Amino acid sequence: MKQNAIRVVVVDDNAVRAAILVDGLREAGIEGVEVIETSTQLVRRIASIDPDVIIIDLENPSRDMLEQMFQVSRVVSRPVAMFVDQSDQAMIRAAVDAGVSAYVVDGLKKARVKPIVDMAISRFEAFERLQRELAEARNELADRKIIDRAKGILMRSRNLSEEEAYALLRQAAMNEKRRIAEIARSLVTAAGLLGK
Amino acid sequence: MTSKLVDRRIAAAATVRPDSNRLVRVGFIPLLDIAVLVAAEEQGFAAREGLSLQLIRDVSWANIRDRLAFRQFDVAHMLAPMTVASCLGLGSNPSPTLAPFALGRGGNAVTLSVGLYRDMQALAGLDGSEDALTNARALAQVIAARRQAGQRPLVFAMTYPFSSHNYEFRYFMAAAGIDPDRDVTMTVVPPPLTADAMAAGAIDGFCVNAPWNMIAVERGVGRVVAVKADIWPAAPEKVLGVRPDWAEAQPETLSRLIVALDGAARWCDEPGNRPTLAAMLAEPAYVGGSPELIGSLLADRFLVDPDGTVRAIPDYLTFHREAANFPWVSEALWLYAQMARWGQAAFSEDGMKAAASAYRPDLYRHALGRSATPIPILDRKLEGSDRPVEIATTQGPMALRPDPFIDGRSFDSERLADYVARFPASGMPASERDHI
Repeated sequence: MKQNAIRVVVVDDNAVRAAILVDGLREAGIEGVEVIETSTQLVRRIASIDPDVIIIDLENPSRDMLEQMFQVSRVVSRPVAMFVDQSDQAMIRAAVDAGVSAYVVDGLKKARVKPIVDMAISRFEAFERLQRELAEARNELADRKIIDRAKGILMRSRNLSEEEAYALLRQAAMNEKRRIAEIARSLVTAAGLLGK
Repeated sequence: MTSKLVDRRIAAAATVRPDSNRLVRVGFIPLLDIAVLVAAEEQGFAAREGLSLQLIRDVSWANIRDRLAFRQFDVAHMLAPMTVASCLGLGSNPSPTLAPFALGRGGNAVTLSVGLYRDMQALAGLDGSEDALTNARALAQVIAARRQAGQRPLVFAMTYPFSSHNYEFRYFMAAAGIDPDRDVTMTVVPPPLTADAMAAGAIDGFCVNAPWNMIAVERGVGRVVAVKADIWPAAPEKVLGVRPDWAEAQPETLSRLIVALDGAARWCDEPGNRPTLAAMLAEPAYVGGSPELIGSLLADRFLVDPDGTVRAIPDYLTFHREAANFPWVSEALWLYAQMARWGQAAFSEDGMKAAASAYRPDLYRHALGRSATPIPILDRKLEGSDRPVEIATTQGPMALRPDPFIDGRSFDSERLADYVARFPASGMPASERDHI
């Protein structure tokens, strides 16, 4: 019951990542979550919500705005610190490594804050993983396309079957200790220069 | 066949290129005073010392602090007051950070919105040629008039609570009797957003480093009313921030880094190198932006008013001359005095020791002791002299130009308590100071 009363503000301009985090927090039974975007109204918005916990992504330049806000406590009604106690370096480090930071009002029990911060860390890590996988998939697709083009060039210019063209590329890659896609890219570039 | 052989040779040359240089990861914020770090890497000063600098751009000073603390960086481009605050345990996540090398001087300015400046002109009869103190007094007049008319307080921005910008802006206002905690609202806006925030009417003024002031003027939204040299020419700016454990574990690397930065700083001061420097800094990986604008600032030509008024500011950015890289302990103590003055820190004997411990002239001396760079013999000097002073260095006497404060006070770090006591208490109520 009391757990639900915690108010969390998420400052993240990446709407997808913010949504993933909010989902996680709601699943954990925290209802009072608000996402706010960076703007010159940031300080005023936070002051009016008066949150217990603020989660901010590290790519956000507005983080320095928050640092100032907590220096001058007249802006917020309660003093705020980064995490519950400064001694919990492991949690702060894990958060920074995940690309997120949290600020917590003074006096809030660690037991109530930790699940929120842990959730932020795991959701940020999951999002990062997703991004990486997406980028890898994109690269793979691009590789496949360039290899297909190189095969086509070899098939046409040297009158090879598709398998033979691929075998030739693979052999060249092994000889040169390079990736097949790199060999294919050089070949496509060279063919372009030679007008083939 | 032959071409294949050539290809293979090229490939082999590319893969076996020995890169035995020791990698140093350096965090930075895109501002012109990263010049020395950029030149050290790009002009070969680091390589000559067997180092390779990986310059990593970041978006906030809080990130710089945390990423240095958690070893994502080895060293960082830092606001001088951040190191002092860290040794005093102030701010979020304070982790002690040392300053063995200053990255130069100058660069800051106070920019007000054109609308506000025109109000000052109308009320105080300014013609645009006035000095910074006259501008500050005109600002005080406008603030008083606004209060009488029941208008909202002006909103002024700087970049970080523990920044030279915060203290310089406050010093500028206080010199004209403005209480920055009572008479205006101070806030933080990240440097790249200052011109936008001003254009949107969210802030009425800001104090940031180059090139952001001139960008606001070029966009027609801002008017520069003071530069760092008007407030205090010798004011500390950025330093090389180093973790104590890294300095202890890598003394050789740190010494080599300081030697590389010293050479790079000397190179940056050479007027003939400034165009090259401007082009390097304009690279998107560093500061980005227009090489012409950066070049103009590096050539001491500062557009201060959208009406086209250009001010020549000799040595607007100084990177090496006059012991610009020496970490004067008296400057760390001046920063501490400002923190006490504005209620960020309590003033105490222990605080004084902690603040002084952030600056490490011993590390600077150790690294450069055998070099041709003149090294000051003493750790402190009288700050804010209105006449040229001569200091003793390892290479004989060195003349320093006058560095008067805008309010004419000087700063003797040996009499810190008296200095702090001379300032009236800030307008911040005591109950709020307790939280800080």
